[in-house]
Amino acid sequence: VSAVAPTELAPELAPPGQPESAEGLGAAGQSPTARRGLLERVLLYLLAFLGACLFMGPFLFTVTSSLKSVSEIRAFPPTLLPAVPQWRNYVEIFTIPGVPYARFYANTAIITLSATAGAVLTAAAAAYGFARFRWWGRNFWFMVLLATLVLPEEVVLIPKFLMFNNVPRALIGRTLIDTWWPLILPSWFGGGAFSVFLLRQFFMQIPRELDEAAVIDGANSWQIFWHVLLPLARPALATVAIFQFLGHWNDFIHPLIYLNSNTKFPLSLGLRYFLNIPTDATQPRDHLLMAASLLMVAPMIALFFAAQRYFVRGIVMSGIKG
Amino acid sequence: MATVARPPGSAPGAPPAPAGPAAREAPPLPAGSSRLARRENLAGWLWASPWILGFLLWTLGPMVWSLYLAFTKYNISQPAEWIGLTNFVNALSGADSLFWPSLTRTFVWALVMVPLSLTGSLLCALLLNQHLKGTALFRTLFFLPSLTPAVAAAILWRFLFQPDFGPINYVLRSLGVQPPPLWFSDARWAMPSLMVMTLWAAVGGGTMLIFLAGLQGVPQELHEAASIDGAGRWARFRNVTLPMITPTLFFNLVIGIIAALRTFTTAFVATGGGPNYATWFYILHLYQTAFQNFDFGYASALAWIFFVIVISLTLLNNRFSRRWVYYEGEARP
Repeated sequence: VSAVAPTELAPELAPPGQPESAEGLGAAGQSPTARRGLLERVLLYLLAFLGACLFMGPFLFTVTSSLKSVSEIRAFPPTLLPAVPQWRNYVEIFTIPGVPYARFYANTAIITLSATAGAVLTAAAAAYGFARFRWWGRNFWFMVLLATLVLPEEVVLIPKFLMFNNVPRALIGRTLIDTWWPLILPSWFGGGAFSVFLLRQFFMQIPRELDEAAVIDGANSWQIFWHVLLPLARPALATVAIFQFLGHWNDFIHPLIYLNSNTKFPLSLGLRYFLNIPTDATQPRDHLLMAASLLMVAPMIALFFAAQRYFVRGIVMSGIKG
Repeated sequence: MATVARPPGSAPGAPPAPAGPAAREAPPLPAGSSRLARRENLAGWLWASPWILGFLLWTLGPMVWSLYLAFTKYNISQPAEWIGLTNFVNALSGADSLFWPSLTRTFVWALVMVPLSLTGSLLCALLLNQHLKGTALFRTLFFLPSLTPAVAAAILWRFLFQPDFGPINYVLRSLGVQPPPLWFSDARWAMPSLMVMTLWAAVGGGTMLIFLAGLQGVPQELHEAASIDGAGRWARFRNVTLPMITPTLFFNLVIGIIAALRTFTTAFVATGGGPNYATWFYILHLYQTAFQNFDFGYASALAWIFFVIVISLTLLNNRFSRRWVYYEGEARP
């Protein structure tokens, strides 16, 4: 009733315009949007162009600023483009004393990948349980799962912090604060309600006959999961992986409360650390800050262009969750 | 809670939860009815157990612990000491002079930001739904800012808003604004600055894409029928498009309110809550109380107050949605 098949969403979101490219011909009986005066069309294009400028302008100015030299960055009036693009800014940020930027980058990659892997695997397992088995309490737990979608994470921030401090202290004699465990471990428990929900909906679209055929061939539930469902669910897995990746890459509040040593910082904390270290006022470093920020954004943009379909589908799925 | 966001086009009288084909299947068999059913029951539990365990371990358990701590005085080094309602009294009575201001500020923020960003996103989505050439490109350009991590966005806008040599003030000065605002450094301008920055990152993001999907789900026949009946552009939008996308609007509203109330990272990085507490949001206050002042008991009370507010608003929203959200196929009173 409620779940729109994920596969049905992609065509809906195909770039509009193609199916109705006959617009403007003005044939009677065409869609109302096709009958449109020239002035109106020009106006709409102008609006779209203005919108694009408002969204991309600040971004592009940051890009050009990241390529400016120390003397140009605070030049007045500000220049739009650097006289000579300083590509070495992007090398220099890796060598700033006291700011182990390469380390931040590697840390982020390790934390993000470990957490994402755990979230995808365990969310798929849980989704399989919800989609394919009848068990006592299933409907109840599914309702709980949906309820957690609107639960503000802040309410568990403090007890989770205490759990990673007090419990290991009692058990193994040392705290897990200032380690990556609190950032990775929770993801290995189902990966969040949205991931489970999305994968469950996808599994339910896969015909049960495939499972049954595998059973006749002597497959157990693990083999069905691994060899039948997971390969078919690749698009949904990709969507979940992208969202997990995004979430962990951008996460700020969790590293902020759990990490103290700057050698363990991910980029989000590292950038703020870089922003706040005291400096010589005569040596502006805005260009380096811009370069460093853009290097944090770059993988997100690359991911977006590499997997735009899954991206958009995941967002739209979130709007249709039941 | 499952009815929080009913999908567009869900059937009349559909059971509110759980959604999906599962609801139409036979109810789970009681364990023990047969060996096979018992095995299936066990297997289902096992497969779902990572999430169930995670829920108990990282959500329910911590929530109960947090509720207990809310009634205690606790700073880690000493055992928690039961103090009854003192924490709640301290918060609500104004003994904590930052509680009401930060809560009010957060609400004002949500009250301004939710309508602005929803309207902005809807307008962008409407523009992208006009079958212009290059729509895919425009969509990408609108969307890209939302990919910027909050920390990076804050650093970026601190630079753009820099009072002396920043490009925004340069433009304002050349337009004759003298003296231009100090933006993040001025208590009166810090909030508007944060708003501009947040709108930039939010308007073209997921909300817009969800609206766009909603708009593309509006049947073309309805528009045509309305046109034949002589409805103009505005009348078609008001009487066809808007009612048809109310489920999408409702979803974005619920999510938008929660997101606005949770504002933390942008303010924390861009202004640190200042100047002079001008951007001291509720979650900032919670963070400061817990992780800077190590007042875990009081901070837990703050967390629970926040939780109750968010859940009540969501339920309230859900309740009022019956008056204005239209689900296709549902009879209207």
